[in-house]
Amino acid sequence: MSSAGYAAMAGGNSFWEKLKSWTPIFVIAPAVVASFVYVFVFSGWTMYISLSDSTLLPTYGFKGLENYASLWANRRWGVAYSNLFFFSGIFVLTTMAVGLLLALLLDQKIRAESFWRTMYMYPLAVSFIVTGTVWQWLYNPTGGIQFLVQSMGWTDFEFALTTDRKNAIWAIIITGIWQSAGFTMALFLAGLRSVDGDIIKAASIDGASTFRIYRKVILPSITPIFLAVAVVQLQSAIKTFDLAVALTNSGPGISTTFPATYVYDLMFQRGQIGEGAAAAMMILAALAVVLVPYSMYLGWRRRREVVHV
Amino acid sequence: MSDATISSAPALDLEAGRAGRRHLISRIVIYGLLTFFAIIYLMPLWVVFFNSFRPLAEISANGLIAFPQSFRLDAWPQAWSEFCIGGQCAGMQRYFWNSIMMVVPATIISTAMGAITGYVLSKWKFRGSEIVFGMMLLGVFMPGQIALLPWAFILGKIGLANSVYGLVLVHCIQGLAFTTLFCRNYFVGIPDDLVKAARIDGAGFWRIFYRIILPISPPILIVTVIWQFTGIWNEYLFGVVLNSGANQPITAALVALSMSGTTVRTYDVMSAAVLIGALPPLLVYFFGGKYFVRGLTQGAIK
Amino acid sequence: MASLTVRNLRKNFGAVEVLKGVDIEAQTGEFIALVGPSGCGKSTLLAMIAGLETVTSGEIWIGDRMVNSVAPKDRDIAMVFQSYALYPTMTVRENMAFGMESRGIPKDEQKAAIARVASLLQIEPLLARKPGQLSGGQRQRVAMGRALVRDPKLFLFDEPLSNLDAKLRVDMRTEIKKLHQRVGKTTVYVTHDQVEAMTLASRIAVMHQGQVQQFDEPDTIYNRPANIFVAGFMGSPSMNFIQAEITSASGTPSITFPLAGGGVANLPLHDGVADRATGRKVVLGIRPEHLSRQSPNTVGKPGMATMSAPVEVVEPTGAETMAVMKFGELEVVGRFSPDEAPKTGENMPLAVDMSRACLFDPATQKRI
Repeated sequence: MSSAGYAAMAGGNSFWEKLKSWTPIFVIAPAVVASFVYVFVFSGWTMYISLSDSTLLPTYGFKGLENYASLWANRRWGVAYSNLFFFSGIFVLTTMAVGLLLALLLDQKIRAESFWRTMYMYPLAVSFIVTGTVWQWLYNPTGGIQFLVQSMGWTDFEFALTTDRKNAIWAIIITGIWQSAGFTMALFLAGLRSVDGDIIKAASIDGASTFRIYRKVILPSITPIFLAVAVVQLQSAIKTFDLAVALTNSGPGISTTFPATYVYDLMFQRGQIGEGAAAAMMILAALAVVLVPYSMYLGWRRRREVVHV
Repeated sequence: MSDATISSAPALDLEAGRAGRRHLISRIVIYGLLTFFAIIYLMPLWVVFFNSFRPLAEISANGLIAFPQSFRLDAWPQAWSEFCIGGQCAGMQRYFWNSIMMVVPATIISTAMGAITGYVLSKWKFRGSEIVFGMMLLGVFMPGQIALLPWAFILGKIGLANSVYGLVLVHCIQGLAFTTLFCRNYFVGIPDDLVKAARIDGAGFWRIFYRIILPISPPILIVTVIWQFTGIWNEYLFGVVLNSGANQPITAALVALSMSGTTVRTYDVMSAAVLIGALPPLLVYFFGGKYFVRGLTQGAIK
Repeated sequence: MASLTVRNLRKNFGAVEVLKGVDIEAQTGEFIALVGPSGCGKSTLLAMIAGLETVTSGEIWIGDRMVNSVAPKDRDIAMVFQSYALYPTMTVRENMAFGMESRGIPKDEQKAAIARVASLLQIEPLLARKPGQLSGGQRQRVAMGRALVRDPKLFLFDEPLSNLDAKLRVDMRTEIKKLHQRVGKTTVYVTHDQVEAMTLASRIAVMHQGQVQQFDEPDTIYNRPANIFVAGFMGSPSMNFIQAEITSASGTPSITFPLAGGGVANLPLHDGVADRATGRKVVLGIRPEHLSRQSPNTVGKPGMATMSAPVEVVEPTGAETMAVMKFGELEVVGRFSPDEAPKTGENMPLAVDMSRACLFDPATQKRI
């Protein structure tokens, strides 16, 4: 109803006036074209390369799904995606649990709330590179946490995640949670604060305890936020790259390879551009698997709300 | 009447006392947990901060996590201008300035473009504008890996390979989805009547933007600028893939620095270097925290 | 000379037809009200006159110029919005100057115009303030000031009073009327409030479902409504509609309808009605104020019919008393002065002013 159709409306009779009425379209054309190229042309291009015989440089001989076949046959890719599943599961659930706990603690009318909040959220301003580098030092057995505890007397204490093939993934998980729990906290806190105060008053007049009010009134009314947080965390887990590079550089050996680090490796260390592009397409597919159903669900919920309201 | 008052008073007292004690215990638990998490959160920052002022010998002897016994500033100038990264011994300053040269124009341009695009997509809707917006939103979710080869090819073609300006271009287009999303969603909340009134008042497309929309928009512009600044400053993948050597941004230099430590690790200088890399976004966070958090939550829940 | 003419104007939003051929015109200096329930198309019509919506077909003329494809800024109009649409970051003075500034009017002329309008509306003390520091009534005044300052050919008001509380709304209504009398500008005023339309306008266009139902002077609209919709929409409480039949029971043609308790009412037909064929079905429309208690003053007056009806509910409002009565199955509202008001349960002897009653054709809904 608003200004809809204005651009199509002749602003006057002269050519100049007509041209002026198209200003909005001209103005956003570069941005729209750039976005279109970025989203569709780039992914189409990468997809094409994934089907080509490219090695060190992009070439355009078509070889079908061979790159995908050799990718899935590769042991390292197997490590990468099983790492991703393991990491994602624990990372998403734990960041949500810790974030919710922190949000609930901050919601108890505490003193200097913004001071506490600032402390839990500062890692979000810092890059994964910085976080990864510093935590790498902390995990370092000859100077970090193990050294500290040993020097306090427990001489047989062992905490050497980053040098242990089996457990190195935990170093990434712990650091990831440390970095991101403040983010889930912020989202949950915003959700808790968005609950209608009158409902809470009504519940407390009904004699419900604080615990019951949270369990029966507040948390059920923010279930959409749980889903949103899970989706956001999951998609960031799928993109995990910086942290694995800075913290363990996919090592020891190949034990902390992630799909995103493997793409980088294939493309720029081993000169297997075609297979790297295939791996990149798999990341895109994984994101689509998470985001397409979620956005369809959001659309469905919005339509339902329109019908009910 | 007086009997009742006398007999009920101690009972009430008891009740109140019990409730008060329970309240006290729950407060202790709450603040205890908050403090526990605060220590975990502050520990890494504390470690780098103090180690940048401790002599290397002391760090080697007492470990990374220890109270400083002495204080010296030497590590900072070393990290800034002498430290060797990848064979070059000119410190972090070069990479720091690379990042500044990249982040300032990219932030300004992408925010400006997002503001104008958001303005059109909210206040000058046309047939298909919702589809255009939906398509631009997809950019929010694009993994960088998909764009690596196309960018490398395009930047090579237009002569911006291994150049800070190439990264500026990449980040402008990468960020467009976010800046448009932020601005468009904010502008949607501005009443259409304001635009209609201004049109009747004789103002055109640009005049309405400058005089009506922009003056109302500082909150969202600050959010967008902070989001773009921290995001671009902290970005690593494009920086390391598209640029090399002396043209890399500071994140890539930090990784090179921590990888190059084959001999003895100079934790004092490295701590200073890490802090140099972390300082600009941290300053932005501590001074514009409210807007930073708003950007985070708005970027998450679309 | 007509300063606004709208001819056979149509508007479609996709497949939805919002305006279905609208014709209205306003003489120079006239105050036209567009009134109707929400969704009737009145605001769309106003937006099209302003140039904020495109024309699907038909013509809009302002003065002697067809403006169908003229940009809003070139139509020589000013508009007051329901939300006032004051620019929040500008002071009142800057708000008023914005339009003149956009048109490149010299600074001293701007100053003079603002001073003139500010004194007219008595908003001089507010000039340095921002809209956020003003009360609702003050914002309303400033919005009018911003419209007045440009001295346009045509004034458009889009429900300007609906965001004010009841008391202020009545005051501002009077203000607008005074203002119009003083400046004498052609005005088109959209409202859903029929009282506003009645009190302000020299002519009213009653709209419903995208069509103008009647376009006439307030008095005609009220007393001789074109159809049942107009009759029912204008006036509060609403006109009573009674399904009835024309008979010649007592020799004279009468309106007959069943009463509570089995009897029938026979109300002699007024002379003014042309078609008095016996047996014809009609809808009798009686306004609440045309029912009164029988008294020596009323009974026997020409055009006055008598009947009685049981009273169900009595609602005193102070100045007058509303009563709900049963005419057969039907609930009928009457409006009485407090001293002749009925009591609940009373079988009230009524005088019905048939000279003021309206008859409608039940099939076409039109007035006979």
